[in-house]
Amino acid sequence: MTSLLEVSGVSKTFDGFRAINDLSIQISEPELRAIIGPNGAGKTTFMDIVTGKTKPDTGRVLWGARNESLLGLSEAAIANKGIGRKFQKPTVFEDQTVWANLNMALRNKRGPFAVLFHRKTGEDEARISQIASEIGLTDQLSRMSGELSHGQKQWLEIGMLLAQDPRLLLVDEPAAGMTAEEREKTTDILRHAALTRAVVVVEHDMEFVRRLNCKVTVLHEGHVLAEGTLDHVTADSTVIDVYLGRADA
Amino acid sequence: MTQGFLVTNRSVRWFLMCLAIFTAVVAFGSEASGAGLFSTSLVKTLGKTLCLCLVAIAMDVVWGYCGILSLGHFAFFGIGGYAVGMWLMYARTEGIVLSSLSGQTIPPTPSEVSDAIGSQIFGVVGSAQFPLIWSFAHSLPLQLLMVVLVPGLLALVFGWLAFRSRVTGVYLSILTQAMTLALSLYLFQNDSGLRGNNGLSGLQNIPGYEQTSQATISLMFFLASALALALGYVLFAWVVAGKMGSVIKGIRDNEARVRFLGYRVEGFKLFVFTLTAVVAGIAGALYYPQAGIINPAEIAPIASIYLAVWVAIGGRGRLYGAVIGAAFVSLVSSWFTGGGAPNLNLGFYTVQWTDWWLVLLGVSFVAVTLFFPKGIGGVFDYLVRKPS
Repeated sequence: MTSLLEVSGVSKTFDGFRAINDLSIQISEPELRAIIGPNGAGKTTFMDIVTGKTKPDTGRVLWGARNESLLGLSEAAIANKGIGRKFQKPTVFEDQTVWANLNMALRNKRGPFAVLFHRKTGEDEARISQIASEIGLTDQLSRMSGELSHGQKQWLEIGMLLAQDPRLLLVDEPAAGMTAEEREKTTDILRHAALTRAVVVVEHDMEFVRRLNCKVTVLHEGHVLAEGTLDHVTADSTVIDVYLGRADA
Repeated sequence: MTQGFLVTNRSVRWFLMCLAIFTAVVAFGSEASGAGLFSTSLVKTLGKTLCLCLVAIAMDVVWGYCGILSLGHFAFFGIGGYAVGMWLMYARTEGIVLSSLSGQTIPPTPSEVSDAIGSQIFGVVGSAQFPLIWSFAHSLPLQLLMVVLVPGLLALVFGWLAFRSRVTGVYLSILTQAMTLALSLYLFQNDSGLRGNNGLSGLQNIPGYEQTSQATISLMFFLASALALALGYVLFAWVVAGKMGSVIKGIRDNEARVRFLGYRVEGFKLFVFTLTAVVAGIAGALYYPQAGIINPAEIAPIASIYLAVWVAIGGRGRLYGAVIGAAFVSLVSSWFTGGGAPNLNLGFYTVQWTDWWLVLLGVSFVAVTLFFPKGIGGVFDYLVRKPS
């Protein structure tokens, strides 16, 4: 396991509110990691910083074996380095078919002219059908993605991430609003993906995190509070105070 | 590539068929072909309408497909008209000057000829000097190059500045309005080099075809406009059909998501903005020789807003919708404003449509937006059931 992403000493203040406070996290490749924490702990801001949506005030974000800095790169450039992101709300292109959504995400040249003159290849088709079967949407390829159920949209979005073939997947609350059965399937998809790449899951739901069965990082007020197995962090007294205690109340 | 695309795209084939039938009917019924069913002025109106349809599909691609509500695309249309108008005016004046000077015993020097042409063209604004922007006006190929180059470059620079700073939504619309307003105010000045508020006139007279009747010239331009519309339609349908269409519709629906997929949204917007500006320029270059005159009022901000209204009424996000909207609204508009509609006597008040037409158009626009967001083109959704 080598370090893929290294976030160190990162801070970000919004109008006086410290969203991220001296945060340091390391992600290896391959790895499955869950990040938990109460509302406002800085989980989403962490993702925004890694994907280039938000620029941190201080700190470093280093990527890959050559320790490239991701700061100052555009969202598109970071995405092309191999970081894929799934949003909390399922954001697929509802006006387009499942196939078109996956096709757009496929790892191909991204320039306007390359896209304009792009012709679908057998390789593309094979990749799309493989991903569709992984996410269980093989029968839905020609449907408008707006017609899919909530859970199917979440899977489609994960499928779009897989199509990008990223080295790091950032997944924001994948299980929100899902039935128990759908959650189980989502867990399988994520665990399968994490066999070959790094997957970071931000989640509220402890039960879901338990099923992922991976290393857990607890965030609180923009800082890492504890790190380790789920049993280890849930036994930590500070974690119980700020997070679990509050959740029970 | 295009072949396979045409086979799979039914609406394009339908459109081309309708356009071909319409063109054939007008061509065989025109005065030039002897039938005389359609007057020369009607042929000109229909030819101009086809040009408006062409700029409308460009607007539909940039707004309906890519989500950029540009309220400045008529500026590119006008620039195309000015570019071709400069050559038309120069070449025709040159012909007149040369024939009037030919009677002299001493042949005129090139500078005398140039001065004479200059004072003919710029006399109305109290000048005889050729401004720098007329440098290419003597050459038709160069000036035709300007038809695509000037709108293209303007769109490229403007778009690059706007999209790079991530100006979107209503702010971008205001910026494009400012662009077209600035351009039209500039052209209104006498020292703009394009004859101020006089604009360019006599554009219906084509140099080298002085002996050809207007009936024939109007038919030629009508056919050229129809061909341009057909080619433009196929081009845009191809652009919005494949993966490119997916990406630009994605930008319209969720720009941030497209960025996180790794696409540089700015580049795609710039591509669409510039391509549509170039097509708008070509449409303008075909329109103004049929109109005969172009002046800065043509590119006033309101013109670009009309363009958006046509597309909205016709139905955004479908190319034939833009064509229907532009053709329907502009023809109805000229019927109403031209006094074709009988006044409506309400007893206590007489509605004169020349004054009230704008109100009617505004109300229809609001009604379409509220009740028929898919526009007139949306009707086809009920007629055509897609095989699932």
